[in-house]
Amino acid sequence: MSHAHTHDDHDHGIGHITPVSLLLGVFALLMVFTVLTVAVTYVDLGPANIWIALGVAVAKAGLVALYFMHLRYDSPFNGLILVSAFLFLAIFIGISLMDTGEYQQNIHTPATVRPAAVGG
Amino acid sequence: MSSEHGHDNHPPHLAHHFETPKQQFESGKLGMWVFLATEILMFGGLFCAYSIYRGNHQDVFLYGYGALNKYWGATNTVVLLASSLTMAWGVRAAQKGQQKLLLAMLIATFMGGVGFMCIKTIEYKAKWDHGLFPGTMNAFYYKNGAPAYPDKIEHAIAYIDAHNTGGHAPAHGGEHLADAHAEAPAHDEHAAPEAASEASEAHAETAEGHTAVIIPAAFGAPADVSLIPHPAVTTETGLLDTAIDNAGVTVLPHAGHTQRVWASLSPEEQGKVHIFFAIYFLMTGLHGLHVLIGMAVILWLIIKAAKGTFGKEYFTPVDIGGLYWHLVDLIWIFLFPLLYLIH
Repeated sequence: MSHAHTHDDHDHGIGHITPVSLLLGVFALLMVFTVLTVAVTYVDLGPANIWIALGVAVAKAGLVALYFMHLRYDSPFNGLILVSAFLFLAIFIGISLMDTGEYQQNIHTPATVRPAAVGG
Repeated sequence: MSSEHGHDNHPPHLAHHFETPKQQFESGKLGMWVFLATEILMFGGLFCAYSIYRGNHQDVFLYGYGALNKYWGATNTVVLLASSLTMAWGVRAAQKGQQKLLLAMLIATFMGGVGFMCIKTIEYKAKWDHGLFPGTMNAFYYKNGAPAYPDKIEHAIAYIDAHNTGGHAPAHGGEHLADAHAEAPAHDEHAAPEAASEASEAHAETAEGHTAVIIPAAFGAPADVSLIPHPAVTTETGLLDTAIDNAGVTVLPHAGHTQRVWASLSPEEQGKVHIFFAIYFLMTGLHGLHVLIGMAVILWLIIKAAKGTFGKEYFTPVDIGGLYWHLVDLIWIFLFPLLYLIH
C-alpha cells in the first residue's frame, strides 16, 4: 500500500526513536530518585525536607517528560506548552498562598476564644 | 505532490487535510500536549487546595498522614514508573514496526495499571475499615463542635496513633490499645482487648518512655479513671472547652519523623483532620480515575495492535495514548511525596 507513496520527508521514520539503553537508563535513574526521596524522610532536615522532596519530584518529572514523553527530541513548542502549564500553576498557587496568609490569623482564632481575645 | 493528491495516492491512515504522515503526527501530538496542559491545570486546583491547607494546618497533615502507608505508596510509584517504561518501549516498538513487541509492551503497561489499582484498592479498603471515608462520612467529621461519629472517631484515632507511634497496624482499635499497654509494665488489666476497647483513649509514648493518656470526656471516659495505673493520666474536661490545655501530655520529640498523636493536636485542629482525608481522597481519586481512563485507552490500543493496525507509518494513537499514560505517572510523581512522605 504505502510502497507506491514517495517517502520524501520520512525516510528515517516519523519522530525520534529512543534507544532501549536510554529508556532503561532513565528508568534506573527514576528508581534511584524514588529510593532517595523515601530515604530522605528518615533524616530530619527541618523545612528542607519538603523542598528536597519536591526537588526530587521535579527531577523525576523532568526525566519522564524529556525521555519517556520525547520532549527532548520533539518540537520545542510542545515543551513550551508543558512549561507554560506549570508556570500558570505556579502563579495560581503562589498568589493563592499569599492571599490566604493575609486573613488566616483572623479565622484562626477559634470562635469560642474570640470574645475574650477581642474584648467583646 | 499535493497537487496530485487524490484518494488513491496517499497512505490509508493519512487524513486528507494533512500533507504528510509526519505533519499529521506532529499535529496530533500538539493537540495532545494542549490537552495535557489543561489536565495539569485541573489537578492544579487540588494541588492549590493542598498547599493552602497544608500551609495553614501543618499539624493536621502531620497527624493525618499517619494513616497512609508509605511503602504501598512507594510500591505504587515503582509500578507506575515501570509501566511508563513499558509504554515508552511500546512506542519505540511501534516506530520500528515490531508488532509482537508492541503488543507485549502494551499488555505489560495495562498490567501495571491493574497492579496500581489493586494496591490503591488495598489502601482505600484500609481507610474505609477504620472509618476514614471521604467527606462527611469521615470518622473525624465534626458537627457543631463535636465529633459526628463518637464511636467511629475513637476507633480511627487508635488506628492512626498506632501508625504514628510506630506501633503495629491494629485489626481494630481495641487490639492496638491492648498491645500498647502490654508494652508498659503493671498494665495487665488492660491487656484484655475487650477492657481496652471500652476505654476511649488516645495515648502518646513519650521520649522518656512514659505513657501519657488523654481521655476526652466527649468520647465517654471509663467510669473509673483510676483503673489506669499511671501517673501521667489526664482527663480532658471538654473537647472544645477553651480552658483545655495539654498539660501533662508530652508530645513526641520532633526528631527524625515528626510524629503526632491525637492528643498533640489542638482541639480546634482535631475537628479539621477529616479535611486532610477529603484532600487525600480527591487527589488520589481523580488520579485513580485517570489511571482507569488510561487503562481503557491502552486496552483499545491492545485491540488495534493485535489487528496489526500500527506500523512504521502509523503509530500516532500509540504515541498519544502513551503521552496520556506518562502524564498520569507525572502527576503521581508529585502526589507520592506530597501525601505519603510528609515530614
